[in-house]
Amino acid sequence: MTSRLIPLLAFIALVALLAFGIQWNKHHEMTEVPSPLIGKNAPEFTLPLLYDANKKVSRADLLGKPYILNVFGSWCPTCQYEHPILTHVLKPLGITLIGLDWRDDPADAQRWLKQFGNPYDAVITDRDGRAGIDFGVYMAPESFLVDANGVIRYKRIGMFTPELVATELKPQLAALDAEPKKNP
Amino acid sequence: MSRFIVSLAIALSMWLTAHTAFAIDPLPFKDRAEEVRFQNLTRELRCLVCQNQNLADSEAELAGELRRQVFDMMQSGKSDAEIKQYLVARYNDFVLYDPPVKPGTWLLWFAPGVLVLIGAIVIVNILRKRTRQPVAVVSSEEDW
Amino acid sequence: MSPELGQFALILALLLAFVQFTLPTYGAWRGNAALIGLARPVVAGQAVFVVLAFALLTYAFVTQDFSVVYVAQNSNLSLPWYYRFPAVWGAHEGSLLLWILILNVWTVAVAAFSRRLPDALMARVLGVLGFISFGFLLFTILTSNPFLRHLPALTDGNDLNPILQDPGLIMHPPMLYTGYVGFSVAFAFAIAALLGGELDIAWVRWARPWTNVAWGFLTLGISLGSWWAYYVLGWGGWWFWDPVENASFMPWLVGTALIHSQAVTEKRGSFRAWTLLLSIFAFSLSLLGTFLVRSGVLTSVHAFASDPKRGTFILIFLGIVVGGSLLIYALRAPKVAGGKAFRLLSRETLLLINNLLFTCAAAMVLLGTLYPLIGDALGVGRISVGPPYFGFMFVLLMLPAIFLMPLGPFFRWATADWRATLRALRPALVIAIAAAITAKLLTHDLPLRGVAGVAGALWVGVGIVLYAVKRWRDAPRGKRYTPEMFGMICAHFGVAIFLTGVLITEATSVERDLRAAPNESVNLAGLDFRFKGVEHTQGPNYVADEGTLEVRDGDEIIAVLHPQKRAYSGGGQPQTISAIRPSLYRDLYVALGEPLDNGAWSVRVYVKPFVRWIWLGGLCMMFGGFVAATDRRFRTLPERADETAPTPLATTTSRAAT
Repeated sequence: MTSRLIPLLAFIALVALLAFGIQWNKHHEMTEVPSPLIGKNAPEFTLPLLYDANKKVSRADLLGKPYILNVFGSWCPTCQYEHPILTHVLKPLGITLIGLDWRDDPADAQRWLKQFGNPYDAVITDRDGRAGIDFGVYMAPESFLVDANGVIRYKRIGMFTPELVATELKPQLAALDAEPKKNP
Repeated sequence: MSRFIVSLAIALSMWLTAHTAFAIDPLPFKDRAEEVRFQNLTRELRCLVCQNQNLADSEAELAGELRRQVFDMMQSGKSDAEIKQYLVARYNDFVLYDPPVKPGTWLLWFAPGVLVLIGAIVIVNILRKRTRQPVAVVSSEEDW
Repeated sequence: MSPELGQFALILALLLAFVQFTLPTYGAWRGNAALIGLARPVVAGQAVFVVLAFALLTYAFVTQDFSVVYVAQNSNLSLPWYYRFPAVWGAHEGSLLLWILILNVWTVAVAAFSRRLPDALMARVLGVLGFISFGFLLFTILTSNPFLRHLPALTDGNDLNPILQDPGLIMHPPMLYTGYVGFSVAFAFAIAALLGGELDIAWVRWARPWTNVAWGFLTLGISLGSWWAYYVLGWGGWWFWDPVENASFMPWLVGTALIHSQAVTEKRGSFRAWTLLLSIFAFSLSLLGTFLVRSGVLTSVHAFASDPKRGTFILIFLGIVVGGSLLIYALRAPKVAGGKAFRLLSRETLLLINNLLFTCAAAMVLLGTLYPLIGDALGVGRISVGPPYFGFMFVLLMLPAIFLMPLGPFFRWATADWRATLRALRPALVIAIAAAITAKLLTHDLPLRGVAGVAGALWVGVGIVLYAVKRWRDAPRGKRYTPEMFGMICAHFGVAIFLTGVLITEATSVERDLRAAPNESVNLAGLDFRFKGVEHTQGPNYVADEGTLEVRDGDEIIAVLHPQKRAYSGGGQPQTISAIRPSLYRDLYVALGEPLDNGAWSVRVYVKPFVRWIWLGGLCMMFGGFVAATDRRFRTLPERADETAPTPLATTTSRAAT
């Protein structure tokens, strides 16, 4: 008798897996790929500022306090949706916001920021996208939370919504505040 | 509602990053062998933008970038394993179509073999029991 | 007006389906001939309303009634008239209606062509089919209604997805659906037999032709899909192990095991449990495929728009149908192995191994397809499983099957004379090895895959030819090849053709991305490809850049190819329409890239030897399946008393009064 129950039991396990899949699908984007860089040092980069191409910013320059690196582009429509959330929900949290203008013409980016407003504390440009590849960026917008020691703590693939800021970002920031500050 | 916006937004941004680049990309290969190596390698890598295409066939702009990256690394003498490792370090194991054999994938790689083995043992047991019985020889008329 | 009529027709069909699965089945249980007699008329009634609903949806497309949301989403004013018909099944709601239509066609066929079956069995078979139809109709009406209206009517619609504007759309889905919906018949027979506690295994004989025909259609549907992907997607591939492709391949693998297992059960009375389980599994995998494609649980280029609500419904339905049938199996399956005894070396053993290998192959494909989900569930991160895994594992599992295949016809039932078999097959072995060595010597860079492929294909091909010849010589005139045997010979030969195609193409195809300047030539595989420039051209609903390439072998022009890059008026991505010069021994294939400097274009060129043999092999297999189904013995009652061992199917006493 038991051996004839085996197919049924195997099938029940399969249904459980598929039910899990439906639930998972409701709460996750199937296209989101978790980043292998979480918990690791942010990759090295040296990129020019958008508004002053002669000045370069590198990873070392940004050590000392945590920041959010937001990958955007003037060609990216979702970034327009995210823009007011960056300005009105994220910025008020008090964290430094660095914009990474990805695979974009600096003139177009400047025009875009002029039109929509500039929520960033600084904007760096990655014209050929090499820095983006090092960060594992595959779409825009994406955002990285980097702590004072240059370690990536959290990555958001896709735009921020007020809910996501509240449920995902705020706890991360709180955790950063709770840590004892180390001297860089 | 916001969930809908998020998925719509992701779809839109992926469409846009998929814009304009073309998978047909003549690159200055040294020789035929290098070209074949490049084709085989890019076929084993997944495009993260159009996630159901490999890097060789994807028209996404990022795919073009990554193909160039692979090409440059090949030219500078890196091995296939090193190139794959470079991409995995940035984009996760997901970028490989060939799942690495690690504890998380033992079930994947070994379960079919185990299943065959179990089945074979069961069959052998069945056969041992069955073949003890007397057998009536079948004439060729009855063979079909 | 007529879309509402369509909705009404669906509701009536639903009610009739409900009657179909309740009353006759109850009647069979209680021996009530009147209720049993309801089955056929109700089947006919339901079919009428389903056909009506489908016709009304088609009418809405043909008359471009954009007040129907589904029509507006999948066609527009500039869609050529001949694509308005297949556009009906271009997306989720319509393809579901097609599924139901095909199920009803099968049900009507079973009801019409089974006059000689015992009534109670027939009632149960139609009852099971009615239950399935009921579930799908309910699903359609509740979650996927194709007749929803948008009022006021839109003036124009979105376009049909440009990739679907192709003759392939006309054939591939209907043939594919006919196949794996057809496995519902074998499923229904198995469940009916379990429910009725049939005293003999005659039901397998009735089920065989239906199963063979369904298998044939599924083989055709998969071959068409592969061929369509090859020429429409632009990248020269013919199989991607995409989740939706796998969803149709798994039922095929189990179906192949099933048709072989049915043969053993019908002739020898053995493998009853296998045949019952495989009948359940084959259709379960069809249902699972339906779930995977429409629930959004897996990402795929093929998948219809996903919706967790729909996914949940299908999952519940799947749970009831498959869980219910496996429960019935656990309760009522034969406890004791029956059938005539056989030795270790016998055809039965070979087919037992065959069952095992094909079932494990299907399980492997299922595992790989679902593994991303398993990885998420186990928390080991997002795992990606692709062709390197599937291709490797599949070949590994099929190698023993390829090796044993030629032995099958030569081995007798019960006891096989293995010495005589090996003697008879010696020419095949010699030819296979000789050809492999020759191939390696002639083309020095032929990889091991190619060598093994040549050997395997010839081993199978020559092996089956040797059997056909032996049969011709030994059997008396007029009784040489039964349709069943002839079908087997065709199908096995088809496997050899398929293997030849796959392994030669995989080993010897060449591909290059080129910068093609006007009037410049590039050389590939000994051929000269001369680019003659690009011109603008127009179609009914698109504008295109059309390139011209002359292909020369030496001085002679053997082909002129016109690849296109189309922009459809409905918007969307530009479509690459590749140009192919097909032939039995070599395909020439060109795809246009983008304009470069000075009138040059980037172009991808392929030379693919023997790729058509892949689909030719599929067609041979399909043909074999159809021919085997025509065998007259499937339509007659068992002639001799001892022909089928009268072993009880279930040890509980049957309550059915026939």
